[in-house]
Amino acid sequence: MMTEIVFYVLAAAAVLSGLLCITQKNPVPAALWLVSTMFSLAAIYVLFSAHFIAAMQVLVYAGAVMVLFLFVIMLLNLGRAESDVKRGPAVLVAVGLAAALVITLIVVGKTSLAGLAIELGKGQSAGSPDAVLPGGGAVTGAASFSNAIGAVAAPMFQVYLIPFEITSILLLAAAVGAVVLAKRKL
Amino acid sequence: MLLGPALVLSAILFVIGVVGVMIRRNAIILFMCVELMLNAVNLSFVAFATAHGFNGQVFVFFVMTVAAAEAAVGLAIILAIFRHTRSVDLKNMNLLQG
Repeated sequence: MMTEIVFYVLAAAAVLSGLLCITQKNPVPAALWLVSTMFSLAAIYVLFSAHFIAAMQVLVYAGAVMVLFLFVIMLLNLGRAESDVKRGPAVLVAVGLAAALVITLIVVGKTSLAGLAIELGKGQSAGSPDAVLPGGGAVTGAASFSNAIGAVAAPMFQVYLIPFEITSILLLAAAVGAVVLAKRKL
Repeated sequence: MLLGPALVLSAILFVIGVVGVMIRRNAIILFMCVELMLNAVNLSFVAFATAHGFNGQVFVFFVMTVAAAEAAVGLAIILAIFRHTRSVDLKNMNLLQG
C-alpha cells in the first residue's frame, strides 16, 4: 500500500513537471522542470527495484544531458524569449492527440487495464505490492535485492556484449561529430 | 502491482512530449520534449522488466546512451544553426519550404 501511495505522488510530480516544462516561455526554467521530471522518474525506478537504472538516470540524464542543455542555453544567451507557442493546425493536432489519450485511458478504464497488466506480466503474483520487487515476479537467477547491479550486468556483458561494444563506437562518433559541427573552423 | 499505472504514466508523459514538439518553435525546448518522450519509453521498459527479467533494464541503458549521443549531436547542430541565423526559432529555418 505504501508503495502505491509513493508511486502516485511521484507520478503526479512527474506529470506536473512535464506539463510545466512544455509550457515555460523561457528555456532555463523549462530545463529545470525537465530535471524535476527526471528525478521523479528515477525515484519511480527505485520503486521498481531498478537501482542501477535509477542511478544512471540521475547521473546521465539529470546530470550530464541537462548540464549540456543549460550550457548551450547560456552559450547562446537565450533568456527572456518572447512566446514561441505556435498557432494554427499543429495546435489542433496536438489537442486532438491529448484528447485521444484521455479518451483511451477512460475507455480502457481501471478494470481492463488491470487485466492487461496481468496478461502482460504472466507469472507475477497480482494484487500484492511486493510484486514489483524481484522475487515477487518472474525474475529468477541472479536477481536478488542486494545484487541489483550484478543482475543487470550479467545480460549486458553476456547476451548483449556486441551491442554494448557498438554503443561505445556510437558515443565516439557522437563526440567527434559534435566537435566537428560546433567548431567554427577545423 | 504497479505495471498498469506505470504504463499509464508512460503514455501520459509520452503524449506531453509529443504535444510539446507540436506546439513549440524553440529548437532547444523541442529537444527537451524529445528527451521527455525517451524517458517515457524508458519507464515502460523498466516496468516490464519487473515481470520479464532484466533484459528491459539493459535496453534502458542502451536508450540512455543513444539519447546522450543524440543530445550532444543535436545541440551541436543547434549551435551551428544559431551561428548561421542568429536564432533558434524554427520559423527561421524554412529553406526547404516550398
